[in-house]
Amino acid sequence: MAMAMRIRNAASRRAMSPISGDFSLRSMSSWWKNVEPAPKDPILGVTEAFLADPSPDKVNVGVGAYRDDNGKPVVLECVREAERRIAGSSFMEYLPMGGSVKMVEETLKLAYGDNSEFIKDKRIAAVQSLSGTGACRLFADFHKRFRPDSQIYIPVPTWSNHHNIWRDAQVTQKTYHYYHPETKGLNFSGLMDDVKNAPEGSFFLLHACAHNPTGVDPTEEQWREISQLFKAKNHFAFFDMAYQGFASGDPAKDAKSIRIFLEDGHHIGISQSYAKNMGLYGQRVGCLSVLCEDEKQAVTVKSQLQQLARPMYSNPPLHGAQIVSTILGDPELKSLWLKEVKIMADRIIGMRTTLRESLEKLGSPLSWEHVTKQIGMFCYSGLTPEQVDRLTSEYHIYMTRNGRISMAGVTTGNVGYLANAIHEVTKSS
Amino acid sequence: MKTTDFSSSSSPSDRRIGALLRHLNSGNELGIADRLSSVYASPTSGVAGGSVFAHLVQAPEDPILGVTVAYNKDPSPIKLNLGVGAYRTEEGKPLVLNVVRKAEQQLINDKSRIKEYLPIAGLVEFNKLSAKLILGADSPAIRENRITTVECLSGTGSLRVGGEFLAKHYHQKTIYITQPTWGNHPKIFTLAGLTVKTYRYYDPSTRGLNFQGLMEDLGAAPPGAIVLLHACAHNPTGVDPTIQQWEQIRQLMRSKGLMPFFDSAYQGFASGSLDTDAKPIRMFVADGGECLVAQSYAKNMGLYGERVGALSIVCKSADVAGKVESQLKLVIRPMYSSPPIHGASIVAVILRDRNLFNEWTLELKAMADRIISMRKQLFEALRSRGTPGDWSHIIKQIGMFTFTGLNPAQVSFMTKEYHIYMTSDGRISMAGLSSKTVPHLADAIHAVVTKAL
Repeated sequence: MAMAMRIRNAASRRAMSPISGDFSLRSMSSWWKNVEPAPKDPILGVTEAFLADPSPDKVNVGVGAYRDDNGKPVVLECVREAERRIAGSSFMEYLPMGGSVKMVEETLKLAYGDNSEFIKDKRIAAVQSLSGTGACRLFADFHKRFRPDSQIYIPVPTWSNHHNIWRDAQVTQKTYHYYHPETKGLNFSGLMDDVKNAPEGSFFLLHACAHNPTGVDPTEEQWREISQLFKAKNHFAFFDMAYQGFASGDPAKDAKSIRIFLEDGHHIGISQSYAKNMGLYGQRVGCLSVLCEDEKQAVTVKSQLQQLARPMYSNPPLHGAQIVSTILGDPELKSLWLKEVKIMADRIIGMRTTLRESLEKLGSPLSWEHVTKQIGMFCYSGLTPEQVDRLTSEYHIYMTRNGRISMAGVTTGNVGYLANAIHEVTKSS
Repeated sequence: MKTTDFSSSSSPSDRRIGALLRHLNSGNELGIADRLSSVYASPTSGVAGGSVFAHLVQAPEDPILGVTVAYNKDPSPIKLNLGVGAYRTEEGKPLVLNVVRKAEQQLINDKSRIKEYLPIAGLVEFNKLSAKLILGADSPAIRENRITTVECLSGTGSLRVGGEFLAKHYHQKTIYITQPTWGNHPKIFTLAGLTVKTYRYYDPSTRGLNFQGLMEDLGAAPPGAIVLLHACAHNPTGVDPTIQQWEQIRQLMRSKGLMPFFDSAYQGFASGSLDTDAKPIRMFVADGGECLVAQSYAKNMGLYGERVGALSIVCKSADVAGKVESQLKLVIRPMYSSPPIHGASIVAVILRDRNLFNEWTLELKAMADRIISMRKQLFEALRSRGTPGDWSHIIKQIGMFTFTGLNPAQVSFMTKEYHIYMTSDGRISMAGLSSKTVPHLADAIHAVVTKAL
């Protein structure tokens, strides 16, 4: 590579320069002058651009962070109360490498079920992670270290950072069909074909619910068929569950896909995040779990996960984990949390309905059925990158260029403006 | 780090665990990642209903964090934990600093505070204040805007992000670390994608710095190689170069274009002065050259569990610094997206407020002074017992740790007979001592040294 050659040549020139006591380095050039500026993150870069826009009409439907109907970020009541209880704690020491045991226990209950036999039998290797990203990355590193022969199948499309995670872990990536642009729904037959044709024992990344970015989820019946085919092919199912509770408003319902796979006897892996459903975005709290054959294997796998965490960050942060344990460990606070999650989910479902109706009322020539069929925080609008660019430049509406709208950013105050703008850029389609 | 004896087990994986433990007990930290990756059966095992990870063997306890695990298991009423480097008061209790308490309250009472994602590079104010703290508010590099600082997960996270950045963008993939060094260093850099080599540092015969060996080894390093430097209070030995030696190291490194990567985990904790402890770093930055600095607030602000730290890369120009920052974000995003908000917020509150900052410096000095006092007391206790040997290194070494010079067999004896826990390399955390427990430790050292072991 030309850049590497240039750097090497510069280095050898430097090595031959005269050595003379205390000399100035100002004449030397930087070691980093050949570093290219990296492109902005496609998702987080949207908010940066939004913040820089001075227009009073601007709307941010980019990053998936919940907003109330006034467009304001929300700190849940249960979280504020938990923080009050934690303040003044005399414990600020290191958590174990695997994180807060209490927080992990409560988190497993959410994913596997309160009375899960797997929890009782201690068959789950689980560690606290740096939110969903951290859980996926730990699993990817683990995958690379212990099954380097196999590859991971990632749906098309997916959250853009998934590709970065498995790439940096150096795991071979392949893709599988998922979204059907024509129907703006699931390409079920394409998905099943890819599952069937993948080499036996492949790893698959599945979005447990509220697929990001499309909002398109398999039905329960489809999940059962996927699970059966996975069994036949001996595939490994890794679930990324970032929106439990947020999709339907009911955490048990949102974990249905996972429960189906567990019933069918799969040994799965799960990444869980509290970023959205507890509004703990910046605290970076999550959990990685791997269901094993027995307790001994779970202990073994956990020890190896810790070996990967230690050289990355030693042990995970305390505060967010304490908030989670406090809430989930107290029946009243937990019940308050469930109420608040449902309120968030219901507001989003309401906005979907309103947006669709507004577009239909404007006489749009296109079908907007998918707005209410899709589920979770995002709507895959079907807008082209050019149409998205027009929305931004003419209407100061910010979203990712794949046409993904964060419904959490839609309010009764801006839904009319948004519908109008979308109609304007699509009416001649 | 003693567990059940696996070597006589009938299970092949248990015997492998036994072999692995024997390897690791020999004390050589390097190459562990390599050894681990070869200790498992065929990767195609575990199909048809069994787990795909059935071939894994259990990883050993972390040699440092495992000491506390063993200590907690010990039922003896008289036991002493001198393992992990977390500060303890004279009463043996962990300490949450007053300024941290105050900062926490401020954050709680501020109803406008939200919990949204930080930017990938972390809390902006925290980054600026951290750079000032380590480089000095009047640093030319700061004035010229040629530094990029990103918030990371304490020292570990800062080293890992820096290491991955170097593996991706720097032309030399070898990093030199001191012999010995903190046990986690080799693993961090190996997983980051660098090749780890060592340079001589500690001289067991003087229990001080092997300066000649250091200069020879760095002199023989290939031009451009990365060199990890402990800014102060070397972990585990407590042996630091003098300022004059630092100056010679700087000149040698600059003449060979060696890339300095500072690990600063104890600023303010070593001497009690933030500026004094940052001097070696500032010397390097003052000559206009480039370097990396990993900062941790775990010890000096007692924020261990919140994982607060910062990686700074000092560049030749603002333009380069901007590009470097954009690439650092590409390392961070696939690792954990953005860093945690709580700990960094606490630090920012303290550093930005003149009164809180001053109060912090006083609390920091008190911690450092207590440790220095423990050193003096232990030295005196051994002297008064007439313990054979030269124990002056106890008061010459600096920071949280003392490298006693005890060997693994002696350490084992002290654990078994006196219930005193430390890492097998003989490193004791002075922060774990109190006036009450110094005599017990002195007795144990005296016993083990006079015994024929």
